[in-house]
Amino acid sequence: MIAIIDYGMGNLRSVEKGFLKAGIDARVVTMPREINNADAIVLPGVGAFRDCIANLGKMNLIETIINSIKKGKPYLGICLGLQILFSESEEFGIQKGMNLLKGKVVRFRSSLKVPHMGWNTVKLVKKPPVFNGIDDNSYFYFVHSFYVKPDDEEIVSGTTDYGINFTSMVWKDNIIATQFHPEKSQQTGLKILKNFGEFVKKA
Amino acid sequence: MLAKRIIPCLDVKDGRVVKGISFINLRDAGDPVENAKFYDQQGADELVFLDITASHEKRKIILDVVARTAEDVFMPLTVGGGIKTLEDIRDLLNAGCDKVSINTTAVKDPYFIRKAAERFGSQCIVVAIDAKRIDANIINASAEPWFDQPELKEVCLDISGLKFPIQDWNRNGIWAISTHGGRQMKLIDAVKWAIKMEELGAGEIMLTSMDKDGTKDGYDIELTRIISESTTIPVIASGGAGNLEHLYEAFAFGKADAALAASIFHYREYTIEEAKKFLRNKGIPVRL
Repeated sequence: MIAIIDYGMGNLRSVEKGFLKAGIDARVVTMPREINNADAIVLPGVGAFRDCIANLGKMNLIETIINSIKKGKPYLGICLGLQILFSESEEFGIQKGMNLLKGKVVRFRSSLKVPHMGWNTVKLVKKPPVFNGIDDNSYFYFVHSFYVKPDDEEIVSGTTDYGINFTSMVWKDNIIATQFHPEKSQQTGLKILKNFGEFVKKA
Repeated sequence: MLAKRIIPCLDVKDGRVVKGISFINLRDAGDPVENAKFYDQQGADELVFLDITASHEKRKIILDVVARTAEDVFMPLTVGGGIKTLEDIRDLLNAGCDKVSINTTAVKDPYFIRKAAERFGSQCIVVAIDAKRIDANIINASAEPWFDQPELKEVCLDISGLKFPIQDWNRNGIWAISTHGGRQMKLIDAVKWAIKMEELGAGEIMLTSMDKDGTKDGYDIELTRIISESTTIPVIASGGAGNLEHLYEAFAFGKADAALAASIFHYREYTIEEAKKFLRNKGIPVRL
């Protein structure tokens, strides 16, 4: 079973329905015990980094998530679920993240509209298993004002052009995380969820 | 490169799709979920449900429509119409929608936008602006109780310098806010209002020209451009789309980030795909 973590940050229904549609057993969970019992973790979420960390902290989930990832449990991070893996974010001053990946979360500083909202392409740098059967430069749905800057170039799996080329996907061992929203990216997005389910079965 | 978005809009009343001409003469045209699936298959970039249900008791129907849509349709969904409280927003988001669009409630209480953005994040708070070029009727427009607040005063439309009667009303570059489907005019400058809404936390603006809505003779390009260039959040152009050239104009000249259309897609005059191919041939980046 895949655990979709509900910590009060946004629309989880689409993620759950997306897995269901792809024939993958996934459930929305809120307790550390449920995360420990799961085969894999999905952390979705939109909104503020600060609230995200605060909510996870209040629910005593941070340590459980970090330990699960360190033990090798497959992890799919979506949007905020990507950003909070990093050391810190410059949102509202400096906010500490989970520090599982070294690097910063910074705001777009271009003359383009922020949030970066809509469909944009992902250029593959290193094709992760969740991209099986998905073309390079496919379109995905984005909505965010901050992006990640990993210290380690090796973990960059995909990039997207929005004034600058920013990291829109990372992959390191059991961690796959996307800045875009597979659950909002029609058939291509559902394919990612389905592929993650397959990846979990093999793990 | 970020694609320009094409967004079909479905007017929903009591759980059924309707489309009116300037919000009058509604025609019943089916089930919202079936329509949503149809647009999903065609490659629409997002979908908007505008809930025009009048009676309070029937307001819950839209939640069921949203929930049923979210079962099958995996693209961003915005719901507008009748949102009055933070609980209304929460219920819609929980039902499965991604963004809510707010008009009248923001006009009544601009700080509602700040509260909503702080609670749910700017990315899901769309401010719907119904703008209308001022005409002689502006002298009957009502002021809002918050007009004397220093932080908000600047959005007030100053008509003291205007000479009455003014010739050529429909060509002047002054737009006021209207509410209640264009029936009420407010003494609020639409451009300054857009800037203020961004400042208070709006993540996107859905801009409808009430002069153009239902006419099918094109978006108000001048209005779209000035609002888009005055703000740094995405702007959705709305009201007046009658053919594909109009969509092109909204992007190329109106500087819109997205174009909303109802009847040209709804009555199957064009498919989304036809629209996107047309735009791509003219150099507009779209997702095909």
